[in-house]
Amino acid sequence: MLLIPCPWCGPRDEAEFHYGGQAHVAYPADPAALSDEEWGRYLFFRDNPAGPFAERWSHSAGCRRWFNVVRDTSTNRIVPQEANR
Amino acid sequence: MNRHPKLGSVDRGRVVRFVFDGREYTGHPGDTLASALLANGVRRVGTSVTHGRPRGIFAAGAEEPNAVVQIEEPFPEPMVPATMVELYDGLVASGLAGRGRLADRPDPARYDGMYAHCEVLVVGGGPAGLAAAEEAARSGVRVILADERTPAAPPGVRLLPRTTVIGYYDDNYLIAVERRSEAGTARERLWRIRAGHVVLATGAHERSIAFAGNDLPGVMLAGAARTYLTRYGVLPGRRAVVFTTNDSAYLAAEDLARAGVEIAAIVDVRPTPAPTDIEVISGNFVTEARGDGEVSSVLVGSRELEADLLLVSGGWNPVVHLFGQSGGTLRYDDDLAALVPGESPQAVTVAGAARGVFGHADCVQDGIRAARAALGQTAPEPPPTSRQHACWLVPATDYTRHFVDLQRDVTVADIHRATGAGLRSVEHVKRYTTAGTAHDQGKTSGLLTTAVMARTLGVSPADLGSTTFRAPYTPVSFAALAGRDRGDLHDPVRVTALHDWHAAHGALFENVGQWKRPWYYPGDGEDMDTAVLRECRAAREGVAAMDASTLGKIDIRGPDAAEFLDRLYTNLMSTLKVGSIRYGVLCRLDGMVFDDGTAIRLAEDHYLVTTTTGNAAAVLDWMEEWLQTEWPDLRVHCTSVTEQWATVALVGPGSRAVLAELAPDLAVDSASFPFMTWREADVAGIPARICRISFSGELAYEINVSWWYGLALWEAVMSRDVTPYGTETMHVLRAEKGYPIIGQDTDGTVTPHDLGLSWLVSKKKADFLGKRSFTRQDTARSDRKRLVGLLPATRLREGSALLADGRMVGHVTSSYLSAALGRPFALALVAGEHTTLTTLDGTPAEVTSPVFYDPEGRRRDG
Repeated sequence: MLLIPCPWCGPRDEAEFHYGGQAHVAYPADPAALSDEEWGRYLFFRDNPAGPFAERWSHSAGCRRWFNVVRDTSTNRIVPQEANR
Repeated sequence: MNRHPKLGSVDRGRVVRFVFDGREYTGHPGDTLASALLANGVRRVGTSVTHGRPRGIFAAGAEEPNAVVQIEEPFPEPMVPATMVELYDGLVASGLAGRGRLADRPDPARYDGMYAHCEVLVVGGGPAGLAAAEEAARSGVRVILADERTPAAPPGVRLLPRTTVIGYYDDNYLIAVERRSEAGTARERLWRIRAGHVVLATGAHERSIAFAGNDLPGVMLAGAARTYLTRYGVLPGRRAVVFTTNDSAYLAAEDLARAGVEIAAIVDVRPTPAPTDIEVISGNFVTEARGDGEVSSVLVGSRELEADLLLVSGGWNPVVHLFGQSGGTLRYDDDLAALVPGESPQAVTVAGAARGVFGHADCVQDGIRAARAALGQTAPEPPPTSRQHACWLVPATDYTRHFVDLQRDVTVADIHRATGAGLRSVEHVKRYTTAGTAHDQGKTSGLLTTAVMARTLGVSPADLGSTTFRAPYTPVSFAALAGRDRGDLHDPVRVTALHDWHAAHGALFENVGQWKRPWYYPGDGEDMDTAVLRECRAAREGVAAMDASTLGKIDIRGPDAAEFLDRLYTNLMSTLKVGSIRYGVLCRLDGMVFDDGTAIRLAEDHYLVTTTTGNAAAVLDWMEEWLQTEWPDLRVHCTSVTEQWATVALVGPGSRAVLAELAPDLAVDSASFPFMTWREADVAGIPARICRISFSGELAYEINVSWWYGLALWEAVMSRDVTPYGTETMHVLRAEKGYPIIGQDTDGTVTPHDLGLSWLVSKKKADFLGKRSFTRQDTARSDRKRLVGLLPATRLREGSALLADGRMVGHVTSSYLSAALGRPFALALVAGEHTTLTTLDGTPAEVTSPVFYDPEGRRRDG
């Protein structure tokens, strides 16, 4: 059970959150301009590093806000990203 | 009775009666089942799982591999170590041959759960743990001490007695099981503890030595025998041989000798024994334990010593299980001949025997040091100075009775077979031989297996590493993990404002998400089909009503509300006029239909959208995610109002007349109140919003009132001779019109085009969620499965495969009997053009348009 630092509510149990996958994968400015492959990569391809990983969480059973953290996937250590509050 | 007159802390003033293997015995409060059995001279407790060999009590704690029993009364529980069962009046248990039996009746006991938070959690209440807890509590922080027994807690320490910490998870989250009283209402309690710092003072498990016959009842760990004597006053035998690699067994031998057990000899593998008055055969091995069903003599080389008890000590293994679970590394220490804790990524300190510090005084000092480390004070961790003599195996020519894992019946010969087959990894040998995979998870056998393997391969155990320690440390019942989250409390139950009326009028209910929805209302003697056909006829020919309150409702407000909905829905919502309603579909980015519903425009900057019953929360989450993460510039607020509005669908050609009566101020004719518009008016005297929406193709109104007035509205409607109908009739009526149900006729691989809803997909909008995917190669394929209608010879089963020329081309998604058509019909997802399809059992079905009823739409205006 991770202890996840919600920027609004403070540290809370993982069970209160929904996972949102990799952070900083922006919706393309003009999807129509993308090739099928480019759109497919946006839709389906995500990084899977062993180590620091910027990811999104939503405090769905709390303040319901989305935020980013950097979690080391090999230790589960989480570094909050204050800028994304 | 093999009970010492004075020793031990059991309550001799009271007698507890229990039954084991059908015979009555007595013990005392404070006994375990194991100590009481030994006190009564019961040595054979079970039978081994593979070879059927007699087995006795081997240890005194959670590490017991042998004496695993079935509790019969008060409630059946399988596979419980007799060493962990506190004796109580009325206990009925029996020995096992490896496998237990689950109860065949519901458990009357309650299991509950607690959350706890503390600055310091100390696991283990031995000398190191008690010292650590006392030292930590002195600073005033919250200290919890968990122990399998009931030690006297130091002041200021919250004690969790009879509690085994079974799991150590991320961020110092630990799970423990407390064994509550059998007499009480709660049998077990699960503790979920978040700790600032953890001190593991989990002690050490004594380990065995592999020699012939080392599984006979009467062979016991030396430390366990000492525990039975000092804690319970039980003499586990009359004449003992002690076989050891270390000094600790000498203490056991001397204590037992003082208490009246004759010690035939101490057999010490070391050439130089420790000083003692007892005869020591040094530099030697026990080569065999002999006896018929239990130990009667012990072979030491050519000498055969008469004995009914053989105490074994192969040294001590630090209990590193929880440390390993914390993510900590483990290291084989050559001096200690054992695995010791290395580094952990978590805030944890190990104290005492759990890191190889032995001896009472050293453990107390180490506990104090660990507490200071836990409090953030600098406390250097001195390396343990203990040494242990490594002796794992007594050499022999035949290794088929040298047991390594008593519970799995794994012998040295089995390990030789594994290494002979070429296996070199401890993980592989574990899986090949099953050593360490039993109920006890190899607490006494794990390192022994590794060491025997290492010896066979001519390497050090350090070269082989260890298997991974995973939760739970000891077996845990599903009941304890579930706690009170079972039965009615497993999941919240949501009911509408009209629920009691439905129940009182005989409705059967269907679960839709967490909601209870009326399924159908059987009349006297009606089965489901008859009731549903009657309800369908009422809706098509007269007037009927349904509780539609469970539909998700989301209030969307703000200057950018129209733009927001345009980006979400496949069609244009911004062009919707105030006062009007539009049906819409939501897609995920992959272009697959995710949900559907209506949007009604309440004002320029204010919409109310509905969702399917089961998807309301997911749709709100979807909206919030886009608003917060991609479109924070949009000025929009989304609010769930599902439970603020009660909704009654009034359906059928007679609905207009009923509404006219109930709402005398409302102009109900088609010109004044056209399809897909909404009006506000009093209905039965209640302020209401009425929407002209139809999910049946009939003239219909959805009347929305404040949740509190839902029942009053419903009763007013029902007083007008209106037939109530449930979800089954709703499904039939919509299927007759070819309206898909998202989640029933779709499965996340279906586009709006596949559903025949291309008219709902805007060509004007530059973009909306999912649009780009419609032109992806796969999504644009012309041979995708599409929604079709089926007219089968007999009613089909939903989910049935559909075949064309023996090849599966699709499946049935919805199937019903139709009152209007007078026959069975179905909806299906089918690839390709076909006139007929067959099911696997050969039922033919004609392929048709999915719109079976009133394709011209003449009936919607009544």
